[in-house]
Amino acid sequence: MRQALVIGGGLHGLSTALHLARTPGWQVTLLERRHVGRHSSGVNAGGVRRLGRALPEIALSVVAAEMWHGIQALVGDDCGFRATGQVKVAESAADMARNEARVAEVRALGWRHEEVVDQAEVRRLLPAVSPHVVGAIVTRDDGSADPMRTVMAFRAAAERAGVTIREGIAVTGLARTAEGTIRVQTDQGDFEAERVANCAGAWAPDLAALAGETIPCGTKASMMIVTERLPAFVDPTVGATARALSFKQTASGTVVIGGGHQGRSDKAAETSTVLFGSLAHAARIAAEIFPCVAQARIVRSWTGTEARPPDDMPVIGESRTLPGLFHSFGFAGHGFQLSPAAGAAVAELMARGATNLPVAAFSQDRFAVPA
Amino acid sequence: MFRRTEPTDCTITWEGRTLPARTGESLAAALLAAGITAFRETPVSGSPRGPLCLMGACFDCLVEVEGAQNMQACLVPVSPGLRVAMQRGARDFVEDAA
Amino acid sequence: MSVADEWTAGPTGSAPAAAQVDVLVLGAGPAGMAAANEARAHGMSVLLLDENAAPGGQVHRAVESRTPKDEQDRDGAKLAAAFRASGTDYRPGATLWAVEPATEGGGGKVFWSEGGAARSVATQRLILCAGATERPLPIPGWTLPGVMSVGAAQIALKTAGLVPEGQVWLAGQGPLLWLYAVQALERGGRLAGIIDLSPPGGLRRALPHLGRALKAPEYLWRGLQWQRRVRRAGVAVTVARALRAEGEGRLARIVVDGVAHPADLLLLHDGVVPNTQVTRAIPGCVHGWDPVQACWRPGLDLWGNTAVAGVMVAGDSAGIGGARAAVHAGRIAALEAARALGRITTDERDARAGPLRLLRDRQLAPRLFLDAMFPPLPPAAIADEVVLCRCEEVTAGRVRQAVALGCLGANQTKAFTRAGMGPCQGRICGPAVHGVIAAARGVAGGEVDPFRTRFPTKPLTLGELAALAGPL
Repeated sequence: MRQALVIGGGLHGLSTALHLARTPGWQVTLLERRHVGRHSSGVNAGGVRRLGRALPEIALSVVAAEMWHGIQALVGDDCGFRATGQVKVAESAADMARNEARVAEVRALGWRHEEVVDQAEVRRLLPAVSPHVVGAIVTRDDGSADPMRTVMAFRAAAERAGVTIREGIAVTGLARTAEGTIRVQTDQGDFEAERVANCAGAWAPDLAALAGETIPCGTKASMMIVTERLPAFVDPTVGATARALSFKQTASGTVVIGGGHQGRSDKAAETSTVLFGSLAHAARIAAEIFPCVAQARIVRSWTGTEARPPDDMPVIGESRTLPGLFHSFGFAGHGFQLSPAAGAAVAELMARGATNLPVAAFSQDRFAVPA
Repeated sequence: MFRRTEPTDCTITWEGRTLPARTGESLAAALLAAGITAFRETPVSGSPRGPLCLMGACFDCLVEVEGAQNMQACLVPVSPGLRVAMQRGARDFVEDAA
Repeated sequence: MSVADEWTAGPTGSAPAAAQVDVLVLGAGPAGMAAANEARAHGMSVLLLDENAAPGGQVHRAVESRTPKDEQDRDGAKLAAAFRASGTDYRPGATLWAVEPATEGGGGKVFWSEGGAARSVATQRLILCAGATERPLPIPGWTLPGVMSVGAAQIALKTAGLVPEGQVWLAGQGPLLWLYAVQALERGGRLAGIIDLSPPGGLRRALPHLGRALKAPEYLWRGLQWQRRVRRAGVAVTVARALRAEGEGRLARIVVDGVAHPADLLLLHDGVVPNTQVTRAIPGCVHGWDPVQACWRPGLDLWGNTAVAGVMVAGDSAGIGGARAAVHAGRIAALEAARALGRITTDERDARAGPLRLLRDRQLAPRLFLDAMFPPLPPAAIADEVVLCRCEEVTAGRVRQAVALGCLGANQTKAFTRAGMGPCQGRICGPAVHGVIAAARGVAGGEVDPFRTRFPTKPLTLGELAALAGPL
């Protein structure tokens, strides 16, 4: 059996490990510094969304969407996925014009999932929406899932596929051995493998640095709010065209509100802080688009830490300094939906050095300074 | 269950019923003194609940006060004439009275 | 002039954004009042937030409006009077819901709600005196209306003069249970009986700590007196192992080791634990596991500083020590705050704190004895069908299932089962969920990561938060 190591027990690490373990001939061990799903993976908004993707991400997102519709077959659990649709509301004529241009652009590339709808249709989809909303972009087959349930389902599936998951092990060094394999040094001894995946989220650029590779990347600590349980009033996940919002009601009736408002992260301490002064903007946008929630009580708020490349697109590709090491990180707040497909792509890259999945646009070469 | 050792000085209404109360005591105390134990029905299973801690921690004493929902009865002081009702399940979207 | 006068002016009474105080104290119990008084004595501006309508905390609850009956009441009344006169900007009915610790060089920020509006203030020092909460005692049927905690009944007695009458049972263990029984009987209340669930062998475990405990013998003496008075009053005390509450829609009977008794009210108690709801929500605020009392305590230096700059803890929320110890701890923390803000020198701080430390240590002397006497009831004994998380109605069985599926920590279990995700944020169920996870994994409680809490630690409405971003 050929040995592979996956570093990072977030959803992308688990998905990569799962797909590689299902590839004949591979034995996979996953190393996680804390516990599985510790940061963004377990606490994100769970959006399963193609809507509004940056153009280079659409192809992979479309593959991922098909996988989400078959998620039960993939991991043996429905992950709480509900195809309740995604709606991005327009709050002005200018928003509407922007939406129409966007959908025209997407359609020109041959994609059909995004659709512009008028005020009557948006009101039919979202009866509780504020009267000032004039239209929307809709993706009817998108939806949302339960992030922690998804993490646990991927974990269980990975373990059934033969992945060994080791929690509480921190990687301290990466080196090439004389035999051409990679030695992964940890606080609990060395591991050796032919292929290694770097799925360490916010800490992945540091891991790349251990391999001598500099990949420009910042950190993101997107803040979220969850309310008390409310009667069911909205099915789709809702965003806004010109303002930062993600808004969805879960199956239990709580409303989860985000949209990329940033907290303060401390990568060294592995903590992040909610900044209520800026989170107040998320609350304000939510209450303006859905006035009925203004009296709802906030029960918790939190942040999830992850890596954010300068162009807000992921880094997927083999290391340029340590062949055999494959990066998959920097999903910058929109990686949840991509995880089944990204994991499959990285597993193929690791197993056979190539993939037919559309990830070429995500190579770190895009940051290379011309010589 | 409980007996008052101090006189009441006003009334409040609970589900339309008039109950004796004492200005300034907690709403939860006034309801308990009147023999009321079930303050709310849970949003999860609809089962009845009453206060557990009376110190603002348990959120089991939620009631509707003058139309405002999900109020902690142990933290709301009694004022004469206060209208109180059972909190049934989750908050609904009837406009909270000002 | 109080600090607030400078910045609560204006027709709406809302606090302007640039508000700033030297010290913000949370909690008007013994530690909080003492800290505020001491801080004011050194000329610092102090804002004190407290959820209740009047100062006192739990022990001295409603102390200003009750007739003092013993030395503790008199101490409390004196402390409250000094607090009222201290010049502290005191905010009753104010609920703290978030803390943003200081960044390099800057002060921290505290958020609260008062009169239905969200407010915030910048502060150099935060002294958290959040007191204790009762450890939950999850038994079958404890969610039925008519089942309350002993602490709750004590609050009803102190604030509203409600005494137990009819078929009222006390069950569990710990000093507060006996104290309440005495207080209730003295006020003319009646009890059907006491169900003593304390694990056998308490005295044998506690005996090695007797010598130290006798440094403050009045605690043990009082405890024995309480038990004697309850028995003399003819209240039956039954030592038992298993207890359940039953009834349709409300409590109707209790079943004690298989024997049913009619019941109107069942009051449960299994000791108290530090209230760490706020400290556990502050990133980087380290906590340590107390294996004897099976609870988390914030990691503190000698002065009450947490691992987070500018954030301090004093009183029972640092570790259970009682009201008298809390007063000294509050003053010690305030002295350290005064030093940190340059109001006194390090030498002055040390000189003033020395005698306070001796006094506090004497008050803490009986803790080891009491802790060994009343170890928390074992979480492994909680039946699968018992609801642990009352908000989300999650049973012990479901938590154990989550552990079997690989949720090894309290936070994973929380995200997976929703235990601790309701409005109380695990205030009530936290210790029980933690204990059940540890027992299911077969590890010590300290091996399971602490239940993280999240701001807002008390619910506020979206509208209230939105208002901080400007008017809607």
